[in-house]
Amino acid sequence: MKIGLVSGNVVSTINHPFFDSQRLMICDLIGPGGEPLGGYTIAVDTVDAGVGDTVLIIDEGTSARQMFGLTTGPIRAVIAGIIDSVDME
Amino acid sequence: MQLGRVTGTVVATVKTEGLEGIKFLVVQPLDKHQEPVGKPLIAADAVYMAGPGELVYFVASREAAEALEPRFVPVDHAIVGIVDQVSV
Repeated sequence: MKIGLVSGNVVSTINHPFFDSQRLMICDLIGPGGEPLGGYTIAVDTVDAGVGDTVLIIDEGTSARQMFGLTTGPIRAVIAGIIDSVDME
Repeated sequence: MQLGRVTGTVVATVKTEGLEGIKFLVVQPLDKHQEPVGKPLIAADAVYMAGPGELVYFVASREAAEALEPRFVPVDHAIVGIVDQVSV
C-alpha cells in the first residue's frame, strides 16, 4: 500500500460504468514523513476522504476489485483509509 | 489512474484478433496541474466517446484489458473517463 495526500478531485459524467457515482480523488504520493515522492494517482474513495487528508492507498487491481465485490473492472487505486499518524523509529 | 490529454487518433486497418472495432487515441499524460509529463502513449477508448482535445483519465496494464468489452482484449492503456472538472 502507499501513502497519499489528497490534493483535489476529478469529476466526470462520461465514463466506464464502474465509475458511475464513485468519488475520484487526486492523491499526491508521499513518504512516511510526509515528504513528496513525486507523482500522483487518481484513486477511488471509499472512506469519504477530503482535500488535505493523508490516506492509505491500495494500488493493486485484484484487491481493489475485491473491495467492491467485483471480479472484473478497470480499477486499481483505491483509498482504503484515512491516516491519523505515522510513527517512525 | 492518471490524467491525459487526447492529442490525436491512430488508424490501423490490420490488427491482431480482439482489437477489431476498438478506437485508439494518442494520449499525452499530464500532471495534476494538466502540464504534460512523460511521453505520449496510445490508449484504447473504453468510453467510446473520447476525441482529440479532450481531458481524460486512463488506466494501464491489466486494468486496461478489463476496461473493454469483451474482457481481456490485448491493450495496455485504456481511457475510462472524460473529465468535466478537476479541482486541485
